[in-house]
Amino acid sequence: MAVVLELRRVSKHFASQIAVNDVSFQIERGAFYALLGPSGCGKTTTLRLIAGFEDATSGDILLNGERINDLRPYHRPVSTVFQNYALFPHLTAQENVEFGLRQQGVEGAELTRRVGEAFELVHLRGKEDRRPSQLSGGEKQRVALARSLVLRPEVLLLDEPLSALDPNLRKQVRAELRALQRQVGTTFVFVTHDQEEALSLSDQIALMHDGRLEQTGTPEDLYVRPKTRFVASFLGAVNWVRGVGVRPEVTRISRTTPVAGVRSLTGVVANSTFFGNCLHVETRLDGGDSMVAEVARVDADYRPGEQVHMWWHAHDEIAGLAE
Amino acid sequence: MDRLRRLFLAPGAAFLLLFFLAPLAIVLVYSFQTRGVYGGVSLPFTGSNYVRLFDSLYAGIFLRTLMMAGAATVGCLLMGFPLALFIAGAEPKRRNLYLQLVMLPFWTSFLVRTYAWMFLLRDTGLINSALQGMGLIHDPLPLLYNDGAVFIGLVYGYLPFVVLPLYATLERIDKSLIEAAADLGSTPWRTMTRVIIPLCVPGLRAAGLLVFIPCLGAYLTPDLLGGGKTVMAGNLIQNQFTTARDWPFGSAVSLALMALSMVLLALWMRDGRDGEGSAL
Repeated sequence: MAVVLELRRVSKHFASQIAVNDVSFQIERGAFYALLGPSGCGKTTTLRLIAGFEDATSGDILLNGERINDLRPYHRPVSTVFQNYALFPHLTAQENVEFGLRQQGVEGAELTRRVGEAFELVHLRGKEDRRPSQLSGGEKQRVALARSLVLRPEVLLLDEPLSALDPNLRKQVRAELRALQRQVGTTFVFVTHDQEEALSLSDQIALMHDGRLEQTGTPEDLYVRPKTRFVASFLGAVNWVRGVGVRPEVTRISRTTPVAGVRSLTGVVANSTFFGNCLHVETRLDGGDSMVAEVARVDADYRPGEQVHMWWHAHDEIAGLAE
Repeated sequence: MDRLRRLFLAPGAAFLLLFFLAPLAIVLVYSFQTRGVYGGVSLPFTGSNYVRLFDSLYAGIFLRTLMMAGAATVGCLLMGFPLALFIAGAEPKRRNLYLQLVMLPFWTSFLVRTYAWMFLLRDTGLINSALQGMGLIHDPLPLLYNDGAVFIGLVYGYLPFVVLPLYATLERIDKSLIEAAADLGSTPWRTMTRVIIPLCVPGLRAAGLLVFIPCLGAYLTPDLLGGGKTVMAGNLIQNQFTTARDWPFGSAVSLALMALSMVLLALWMRDGRDGEGSAL
């Protein structure tokens, strides 16, 4: 696969802080790429550097192998879907989608056709004449997507695309976004602080922390083979025992001594928390650490105070981490 | 609670009733009366004062007033918009300083400031002396006592009234809209004409109104800087109540000016609702 976007040792210094610190990564054409990290980690600044809203202090940003650092935002063939969608309130949905094409000088029949296709793509036929104030959050997002995709950008940048939607809608829109990306084949780069969103949506994740890139890879790479303790913890709960990490869903609990060949520790059940589809049973280990096992609801009869064995397979351990 | 709320209304309502509506009623009655011999009014009641308004002399003054107020409004908007844009674009710490500078003239009497313009513009004033001193002109330029001087005075006097509402409008514009326009391929100039200015239309309307209506009634500026040659409706009214001692006609002119302002205001507002937020 060809690399469409590459950052080479990119840094961005603001007056009081280093927002992006020596970040390098490559994004392949057609990928759904997540920039993940806690708030303030530099992921949004990285997106804004790619869009051209901020100038990199050092390093190179390459699009199809060409350095674009010095191109103004309006000359960069990338497009952004803003967190608040940033639809023009004085224009209708249709005029919003036409905006970029008109800047390119597209007019007449071609304008009508491409705008129509864009509305078709995001399933917003019939809402062309609405103003942004007359659209729901989900509809605004789709207008924003149509407004960017109609320009056929090399890379579509999405800043926290789901955070402004209400939680019930988020999972549905997540699936729609994924389907849309597959359909158009455009490279999507999206910023999120939600690890579940990143894991479920993207082909590749770049996890950032304090302006630095912690790790890049597939969701499975990062989840199963994290390189740092931060990556392991950010992507999901981890039991840290005896220098290794064991995720709750691979931690087993039993009253009898486990079979030979597995790792096991003994302890006393402290409490259990009900999650609907499963339970988390927290155990106080004999050494003083605590450990959580995720167990199915059907065998959830562990009572506080009970003596239990906590066990797991060696191949499920997260080990050999850099600090 | 409702009674309490009505109580809050009482002081303002009483004041306006006594000092605004009552005098207005008196002016209304005067306007239908006959001129007294030594000023004041006398009977019988007549409509002739209003017929006189359509005399070409007075109609001409109204037309002149409209044009002068219109020109001053356009002048204020043309100068105030870039200034407001500059202030809104400045870093937050600087903005307050700039806004205070815009409001600085209010610390001095309008009368004094208008006199200051006379010292600047007159034949032996600063501008003419400087130009003569540099040898650029021989005879002084006729800067004072003409339409140009009145225009300058009005624009100067009402510029802050344009800058403040425009600044408030610009400052509220979501920065991401400007970034979105750039992102969609719009150059800064096209972002200005296609996004920023259309979003400012309500502010431009409000600002225009704040200049236009007071300019219609301007009296001091045309009197001092126009030197009696540039007569606007305000000067006509003053003249009727003083030199001409024709209170009834002065009252009729006042009410006509008020009616004109209200009609224009109504048209302006209706137009605003129709075209609200429309694109250029």
